[in-house]
Amino acid sequence: MSTEALIGFAVAGTFVLYALFGGADFGGGVWDLLASGPRKKEQRALIAHALGPVWEVNHIWLIVGLVLTFSGFPRAFAVLTVALHVPLTLLLLGIVFRGAAFTFRTYDTRGDAVQRKWGLVFSVASVIAPLLLGMCVGAVVSGGIRVEGHAVVSGFFAPWLTPFAWAVGVLALCLFAFLAAVYLSHESPTPELREDFRRRALGSGVAVFATAFVVLLLAREGAPRVWQGLLLSPFALLLHAGTAVAAVAAFALLWTRRFKWARVAAATQVGFIILGWAASQHPYLVVPDVTLSSAAASPTAQRMLLVALVVGALAVLPTLVFFYRVFRPGPFASPGEGK
Amino acid sequence: MLMTDLLYARAQMGLSLAFHIVFAAAGVALPLLMVLSDLKARRTGDADYRLLSEKLAKGTAILFAVGAVSGTALSFELGLLWPEFMGRYGEVIGLPFSLEGVAFFTEAIFLGIYLYGRERVSPGLHLFSGVMVAVSGAMSAFFVTLVNTFMNHPSGFTPTPGGPTDVQPLVAMFSPGWQYQTVHVLLSCYQASAFAMAGIHAFVLLRHPGAAFHRKALSVALPLACFTALLQPLVGDLSAKHVAQAQPVKLAAMEAQFETERGAPLRLGGLPDVETESVSWGLEIPKGLSILAFADPDAEVKGLKEFPRDEWPPVSKVHLSFQLMVGTGSLMALLALVTLAYRVRKKVWPDGRRMMWAWLLTGPLGVVAMEAGWLVTEWGRQPWIVRGVMRTSAAVTPVPHLYAPFWTFTAVYLFLGATVVFLMVRQVAGTLPGRNGGNSDVH
Repeated sequence: MSTEALIGFAVAGTFVLYALFGGADFGGGVWDLLASGPRKKEQRALIAHALGPVWEVNHIWLIVGLVLTFSGFPRAFAVLTVALHVPLTLLLLGIVFRGAAFTFRTYDTRGDAVQRKWGLVFSVASVIAPLLLGMCVGAVVSGGIRVEGHAVVSGFFAPWLTPFAWAVGVLALCLFAFLAAVYLSHESPTPELREDFRRRALGSGVAVFATAFVVLLLAREGAPRVWQGLLLSPFALLLHAGTAVAAVAAFALLWTRRFKWARVAAATQVGFIILGWAASQHPYLVVPDVTLSSAAASPTAQRMLLVALVVGALAVLPTLVFFYRVFRPGPFASPGEGK
Repeated sequence: MLMTDLLYARAQMGLSLAFHIVFAAAGVALPLLMVLSDLKARRTGDADYRLLSEKLAKGTAILFAVGAVSGTALSFELGLLWPEFMGRYGEVIGLPFSLEGVAFFTEAIFLGIYLYGRERVSPGLHLFSGVMVAVSGAMSAFFVTLVNTFMNHPSGFTPTPGGPTDVQPLVAMFSPGWQYQTVHVLLSCYQASAFAMAGIHAFVLLRHPGAAFHRKALSVALPLACFTALLQPLVGDLSAKHVAQAQPVKLAAMEAQFETERGAPLRLGGLPDVETESVSWGLEIPKGLSILAFADPDAEVKGLKEFPRDEWPPVSKVHLSFQLMVGTGSLMALLALVTLAYRVRKKVWPDGRRMMWAWLLTGPLGVVAMEAGWLVTEWGRQPWIVRGVMRTSAAVTPVPHLYAPFWTFTAVYLFLGATVVFLMVRQVAGTLPGRNGGNSDVH
């Protein structure tokens, strides 16, 4: 495997991890917004309790992915930040408000009304950010971003405002909400709360299926090259088969209330979807004008980056595993305790 | 039109950095202060120190969160505003950025454990987590400063019209002057935070002279404040000597030195005028600059006229920021000397009203000096983004209407800044005498 393929794989890997961890945190925000029924307060408390210690750590996968992209594929980073300037700026606002409002809600103890306001900012930002993230991905795979020389010639709006890009945005939102609901059903302290999130997981799972279908339909027109990749690349087909198996398993496990394993299946499903996306657009970084090799850094820089990646992994992964063990879903005292 | 967009891009980057720097500095220094109080609490069994470490941990939590999101904004803005810079030099500076990512990861992990894990891990491991937060915070600032050093004095590649070739990331990572700039920046983080903390507690002590908690808090902040305030001028001097030799045009702008001359004077204050190439209202110390920059009263100092006019930094801005940094730094060093003298003579930290007023008034100066110093290095590098190799105007994004993101981020940061100040005031207010020590909102 060439070094650029290795780095490309690492970028895709950070995207998977960002979706599984950071994405689920956005999904938590979605369920905060949609909290309803007699246990509204408990639902929100559980979400706050689950996110509190981990969201900042989960968020860093995005930064790792970003740094790997501009260090390993500087030209692709330049193209993306120009072509997607507008949605990325809006995404940033979502990220800034999500994190800040969540923290302020935790530490601003002036009473319920103020906390509700911060909660609203937090949850609305949690809906907007995944939508924009998905729209950016949609634009990247669509082939709508065109580059001549070093210049982006396809404008600043058209590629990410297509029906296909919108559909990918909604898919990302549904996926993150689905993941969060599955995780939260596992972490619920009471059977009632567990049922609340199980229902949400099943509902959002259906929504994932429906939007994935729409994305697929739109891909034929909206992202022809990826449509080809989806159907022709044997590796991608294998990943799609894996996705299907994991999706069915997640549903069955949720249905039969095996929450611990449903979690694993849902995470596998989302991981396969993202890897499937990466495989179907391979070898393009930005379809159709920027490839892994055309955007790659010089060989020396790539090798140093791989060394840094290994050193970083050795330094971070053990502590990260320890971290998730410490904050493994455990006894959850009383509602509102997370405040 | 293009000029305006370039200015908006620079303004947005400057604003984002100016905002982020405050939180980043707190993220570096507060964990250290928090661990120091934690250690004191363990040694003395004093509940006040324990409360102080908890308060500092909360402060860290709020400031770190805002620092993390504003730092994320910055890493995007590198590309959103300067795509040509990243497209060409991303691979050259990728290494320190990657290592910064590792340090940031470590910091976030251990901060999570420190803040939320008190009941979940052993006391020893808890303290260790606090130490790791402090260490990785410092590492993260170290790595990110290396990137700035590279922009000031690029190395580790061969420039060609098509971009850098023969890239050596390790050489680029340790570009000349890295040792001075990183130490200078790290000290400024500790100094700004320690002075701000001392100022806050001095303020409370002026109104409630008997507040034991705040005396103890002051006794944690003052040693660090004094130590950094006295060390910083020495490191700053080394840094300036390096700039004098390696980036003469920046030094000339800092000192508003228009003519090349031997035995150049040191100018204190003064308003430079680039049209008449003169400085009015300044105080000149004969031969001062030659002595300070080259340790020789007759050394030749290159003036701005030595360089093409279109490579001059904005002279007035650089000179005034430099004066502001040196002036505030000197005031802080002076106060540190007086405070230490008092400490040596009386064996206690000062607590008289006059000294409390002094600490209150110098409280913001650490942040002022830090921002001013950062402006010196950034304005002083203009018109280059990578000195001598790429102009800032060549790096800017082709996206139009950059006033829109600029004003949006200005509004957002003003709002966030105001909220953080409000929350911090409430944290402090919870410790005032007559309150229950603020324990009601411990999570």
